[in-house]
Amino acid sequence: MSFFKRLTSRKKKTETSCKADRGILVFEHTSEVIKAESILKKAGWNIRVMGPPPEIRSGCDLVIEIPLIEKLNILRTLENIGTSPMEIVPVSSPLLQPVDLFQNKDFGKYLMIRAANMKLTVEKETQTIVNISGGGCPDVPYLASKMVGMSLNEAPSPREIGHTLCGYALQLAYEEMKRR
Amino acid sequence: MIGVVGTVPDPDFPLVTGETRLESDSITIRGKQIPVNRGTPALLAAAIKTAQMLKQGPPFAYLVGDVGLGHGSRRLYEYLIGHLGKRDFSTLVFHYLQPDVDWHNRVLFAVEEMERRPVLIADAGFMYAAKMSGQSSQYDLFTPDMGELAFLADEEAPHPFYTRGFILHEENRAPKLIARAYTHKNAARCLLVKGKQDYVADRQGIQTTIDNPMEEAMEAIGGTGDTLTGIVTALIGNGMAVVKAATIAAKVNRLAGHYANPTPAMQVLEMVQHIPRALSEILQRG
Repeated sequence: MSFFKRLTSRKKKTETSCKADRGILVFEHTSEVIKAESILKKAGWNIRVMGPPPEIRSGCDLVIEIPLIEKLNILRTLENIGTSPMEIVPVSSPLLQPVDLFQNKDFGKYLMIRAANMKLTVEKETQTIVNISGGGCPDVPYLASKMVGMSLNEAPSPREIGHTLCGYALQLAYEEMKRR
Repeated sequence: MIGVVGTVPDPDFPLVTGETRLESDSITIRGKQIPVNRGTPALLAAAIKTAQMLKQGPPFAYLVGDVGLGHGSRRLYEYLIGHLGKRDFSTLVFHYLQPDVDWHNRVLFAVEEMERRPVLIADAGFMYAAKMSGQSSQYDLFTPDMGELAFLADEEAPHPFYTRGFILHEENRAPKLIARAYTHKNAARCLLVKGKQDYVADRQGIQTTIDNPMEEAMEAIGGTGDTLTGIVTALIGNGMAVVKAATIAAKVNRLAGHYANPTPAMQVLEMVQHIPRALSEILQRG
């Protein structure tokens, strides 16, 4: 391939895919957008305020584009200033919803719950977290190092110490396990 | 030589590159020790064990601390762009890294600039980024589990967390999901799908199904997918064709798990110790 063609091909590839890992925060009021933009920019995130895509039919006239993978960390930052978005959706497909199916596997002495790509396993009698598997974001090994070996009630929750969508999925499995 | 790119779950771990060793329960790189629990250290442990059996040199690793904030991953991406061109790898595997499409693309461009194009393998976060970037076909092997296969099959999903319900995995749907992933160009040239049954597939469909020995507990044990990726990386690095290496790796990983007599509470290091015996046995069977 010629140098020029390679450059053109590179540019095209980058342009078409660069939105795929972005998400949108939808807020009820513009004042919340302004507050959130300020705190997220101050914290160093690569974000931008924009008009909502046509699929979004709720909220105010502005949305914030964020790195979607870091949803859990961004939510926690916003909660700390008392602001929560109405919705967080992927830029590429704003109508997509998070996985809400749980799958359970009963090993007798142990119970495993899967949410999306994350699996949490607990010893039933002691409620000790014995394993965490699945996922691909770098907070998964970190979460496992902090949670495995602790009881469900003592372990830090993924919401507290996780940062990514994998951490968010583990939070769902953790909540489902606690509910049982 | 094989190259391994990944992260360590320690925010203070610096960016380190070099040859790796497995000492007791830790990976050693440039005098630094990392416990083998799951993630990239587990991949490295399995690759080292396999490479030793094959009388290969140790893997060369690019590691950085990252607990999910992405800072470490981005520093590593930047480093790779500046340094990959000077290295020669037969096989290069990208693993637990913060999925970031822009950085992914830049790293892939850096790989294209290498004098010899290595066999490219992606797993975990980097596989997510590869799929999101629309450049899956640039890779020789992806190693998804069944949930991640559903994500690859869903052309809309930016992460497994958003996989649509009608696509979500059921074990017996693997052939359809594999076909759908290839239809939408979201699969590497070869797929090694990890699960209750392991599947080795390419564009033509499933080439091999591996379901023996069957240890149900393996699904719950964190790191068993990482060890599989480590084994297949070392086998490919030794010159084995990708489909054959994927098939043998799946057999070895299952057998090593079986020898560890696993429970859902077992930690992956116990299984790593059995890789040499399992590999020897599978290679002898032919």
